[in-house]
Amino acid sequence: MPSPGSGMASDDQRAVDVRQSILSKNDRLAERNRGMFMAKGIVVLNIVSSPGSGKTALIERTLQDIGKDLRIAVIVGDLATENDAKRLRRHGATAIQITTGTACHLDAHMVQHALEELDLDHLDLLLIENVGNLVCPASFDLGEDARVVVMSVTEGEDKPLKYPVIFQDAAAVLVNKSDLAVAVEFQRDAALAAVRQVAPRATILEVSARTGSGMPAWYELLKTRVATKRKPGERPLPACPAGAPGSMKTASTRP
Amino acid sequence: MHEFGLAESALALALDHAQKKGARKIIEVRMQIGALTGVVEEAFEFAFDALAENTMAAGAELVIEHVPIVCYCCRCECEFETNAYAYQCPDCGEASTEVRRGRELNLVSMEVS
Repeated sequence: MPSPGSGMASDDQRAVDVRQSILSKNDRLAERNRGMFMAKGIVVLNIVSSPGSGKTALIERTLQDIGKDLRIAVIVGDLATENDAKRLRRHGATAIQITTGTACHLDAHMVQHALEELDLDHLDLLLIENVGNLVCPASFDLGEDARVVVMSVTEGEDKPLKYPVIFQDAAAVLVNKSDLAVAVEFQRDAALAAVRQVAPRATILEVSARTGSGMPAWYELLKTRVATKRKPGERPLPACPAGAPGSMKTASTRP
Repeated sequence: MHEFGLAESALALALDHAQKKGARKIIEVRMQIGALTGVVEEAFEFAFDALAENTMAAGAELVIEHVPIVCYCCRCECEFETNAYAYQCPDCGEASTEVRRGRELNLVSMEVS
């Protein structure tokens, strides 16, 4: 029998157990990002939609209206051009453009790389504008606090039913271009019902980035999330009031 | 396009594990792909085969287990399979918010030599 290392070709076929998601590498990097955001107290939102729903306009309007209230930075993903980042920088915000080349979605590694260009110590809110795509971004965790789906009234009422996965995990669904709803005969009730069917827990906001209609509710959502996320150096809230049973007693000298 | 990126990740994972086990050739790769991932299996296989050329996975057989969508109904306390886009419990009609199976993109095991 040939001994091991004898140089003869061996066909000792054997099984190798793996049991790992092929996305595990991305998931690990995403958790690293998440940990970093937690440590720095930054609220991060992953904004997804099909191309042309108005993600960039929404972010532009947000920067315009509350850029002085919150310290906001943006990471934008597109296959090509720096157009979106340039638009956003006009409002004085830091906007990092990721050009993916061929990738149809952002992943945790790309975001981690982009973070190197941001001053994470002086940031309240990071908005990540994903590549326009309602399919692939659903599988790629970026390390965000929550996913926000933007759908416009010009896309019809059944987007949520056609793309359930990405809607399901959304914390908020923004129905944009509400100013055009009448012109395109948008079936509002059907659209809202569709969202509720696949994403019963999502907050639904009807907005127009162009006119500003409905945007205060969006700003309220952002400000609440920022206020709730703990900043580094902040003391955690006391578990119970001083003097109550179980509370810490102040030091006293022994008699 | 999308399947290529995923096939790339799958191949990298397979090669990594095979190398760690001192294998010289990957003969078979068994995967689980959930119905909710939107992955077209033929496209994934095509991409995997193309990418595996000139690696130790060249010519490896890809065996894909298709995983259906399984939801959990909190009211009835039971699981149910669905392929519709609305996850209503077939017994009580309540919309399920808990998807238990169908999102898998797993490399389960390999045969190597």
